[in-house]
Amino acid sequence: MPLVKQGKIVADGYIHVADDAEIPVDGAALIPAARFLADPEALLKRSSPTGVIWPNNRDPEELVPYLDRLAVVALVFPSFRDGRAYSQARLLRERYKYKGELRATGQVLRDQFVILLRAGFDSFEVKKDADAEAFAATVKRYTVFYQPTGDGRITALHQRMQLRHAENAR
Amino acid sequence: MYAYDEIDRTLINERVSEFRDQVKRRLAGELTEDEFKMLRLMNGVYLQLHAYMFRVAIPYGTLSSPQLRKMAHVARRYDRGYGHFTTRQNIQFNWIKLADLPDALEDLASVGIHAMQTSGNCTRNVTTDQWAGVAPGEVEDPRIWAELLRQYSTMHPEFSFLPRKFKIAITASAHDRAAIKVHDIGLRIHKNEAGETGFEVLVGGGLGRTPFIGKVIKPFVHGRDILSYVESILRVYNQYGRRDNIYKARIKILVHELGIEKFAAEVEDEWLATRESSLTLDNEVVEDIRSRFSYPHYQKLSDTPDELAAASADPHFARWLKNSVAPHQRTGYAIVTLSLKPVGGPPGDATADQMDAVADLADKYSFGEIRVGHEQNLALPSVARRDLPALWRQLDKLGLATPNVNLVTDIIACPGLDYCSLANTRSIPIAQELTRRFANNDLAELIGRLHINISGCINACGHHHVGHIGILGVEKNGEEFFQITIGGRADEHAVVGTLIGPAVPFAEVADVIEDIVEAYLALRARPDELFVQTVERLGVEPFKERVYATR
Repeated sequence: MPLVKQGKIVADGYIHVADDAEIPVDGAALIPAARFLADPEALLKRSSPTGVIWPNNRDPEELVPYLDRLAVVALVFPSFRDGRAYSQARLLRERYKYKGELRATGQVLRDQFVILLRAGFDSFEVKKDADAEAFAATVKRYTVFYQPTGDGRITALHQRMQLRHAENAR
Repeated sequence: MYAYDEIDRTLINERVSEFRDQVKRRLAGELTEDEFKMLRLMNGVYLQLHAYMFRVAIPYGTLSSPQLRKMAHVARRYDRGYGHFTTRQNIQFNWIKLADLPDALEDLASVGIHAMQTSGNCTRNVTTDQWAGVAPGEVEDPRIWAELLRQYSTMHPEFSFLPRKFKIAITASAHDRAAIKVHDIGLRIHKNEAGETGFEVLVGGGLGRTPFIGKVIKPFVHGRDILSYVESILRVYNQYGRRDNIYKARIKILVHELGIEKFAAEVEDEWLATRESSLTLDNEVVEDIRSRFSYPHYQKLSDTPDELAAASADPHFARWLKNSVAPHQRTGYAIVTLSLKPVGGPPGDATADQMDAVADLADKYSFGEIRVGHEQNLALPSVARRDLPALWRQLDKLGLATPNVNLVTDIIACPGLDYCSLANTRSIPIAQELTRRFANNDLAELIGRLHINISGCINACGHHHVGHIGILGVEKNGEEFFQITIGGRADEHAVVGTLIGPAVPFAEVADVIEDIVEAYLALRARPDELFVQTVERLGVEPFKERVYATR
């Protein structure tokens, strides 16, 4: 499954640790939520970057004490129809001010790229190679956005107000 | 009318080109049908029994004449020459080809019409009173807020994949023509003591297999806070709404399972964290949207012009005037409802020729504006009363002057088994038969206001639960049977109707309805006691006895 970061397909430096697998001593690792929460302080002292795989039915507020030390939070789309992780992403970014990598995993298709970016995701484990390759073109599909989110894009309502003020100033 | 600007038009065009790519990928096999399904649904495309069905939004039920002509064009060019107006201010085309859809969308986009989010598990077309902006006594024009909510909910980056569909309706009149109590969120505009606009917010209404009337979650949310409050409701729903069972996934079930107090507390907590955000609507922003709704330049005219008095000698005209013409905010003007319920016709259908003709009549008599209501009729919102006779003659020729608005033959019906792959039974033939049984205008007038609603399955697209008489199709051992409820209503006194007894076979439905109506005529306390009032006073027993005594 190709990983897209900063608009490009890159190698995934993280090992996805399975629920019952041993956590490697070295090497960047994404750790399942329950195992991470069992001993977060010890895991955050690992010498390599550590991230967490957070299921979409668990309140991300639980992660707040660790957010400044987590390298990655990986949210899950078990199906692309299940949109719970969009809310988790916005909460992590906008309410809990998480600054690290926010990764979309699971069933991620190109048709979600724009809203994933808007919700605060910045890395994507894309299901299909063709979609990963189309990333750069796909995210340019839309230039108008109606809602304010943490991504800072100007909304249509405010764009109009700017236009109006510019007209009035002329 | 709301005028789309370059910003709105750009978004619609971007959406069309995205959908073109999605259709291309589907036809090339790059998208599976399962993947494509959610994407096409969010562009209004269903797969029905015989073909794809295409549902186009008519935001807050307002159309300009060029927009209606474009609908006629789509009906003619890509479909079979007609369209079907739905109960949620949409129009459906039933015979469209997948490969033609991007072109049809592009044609519609040229007049600012789209099909975004007319299906899918997202916020659907925000609906309101079809008389918005012209209804006497209205608090203010609800379309300004409907447009703000339309923009807010279009391609929302957090709420495009909710547990289930999400419907918002707004009313600003004491008499609710938007059925807000059977919506996921119902908004009633009213003013606080300082004279500021706000909303009574209802949540958790809905029909389907588990009908609920919406409950008040907050009596007053200030206009500036409405987006953050709606966002808080949606966020609670997105996280906690059930996703394990499609029939329990609507917000009404979450509200019911948590209880309104607990649900309201969750929303309030969320809202405290979000209300001071960029979602706050400055007055300037609201006024900017308001300024882009244009209103007709009304003339000073008489409410009792000579033309009207002269024409009223014709009993056919007089009947139509009494039935289909309603008072307007402005002296000298009237709101005219165009019945899409001719005797023997499928409710809500209009041919391309009728649509073109109505667009021409709107240009001539109603400042180029047409409205679409949830009762599946059209309206010309601002007709000079002196023009009513001339308008009537032309509508009559078009078959659009059936004087049955709000009467027994003004039936709301879903497409049923004639089109829909979910249906258990047919709906349209039942409606057609009932319009024949009650075709006598004197009889219909004698009966008075009576809403019949027909759904061909438990999904309740015909809103049978809230019909004064509701007819629900069910399948029994491979045969079509129909459950009859009475006493429901969809207005400000919304209530779910009561089942009168065992389901009856297809062939007996019209007889049963006739029995119920005859019972009502015999039982009503006075001629102006409406059917629903008689049912409220006496309960279902006397009706039940009448229907089942001989069956």
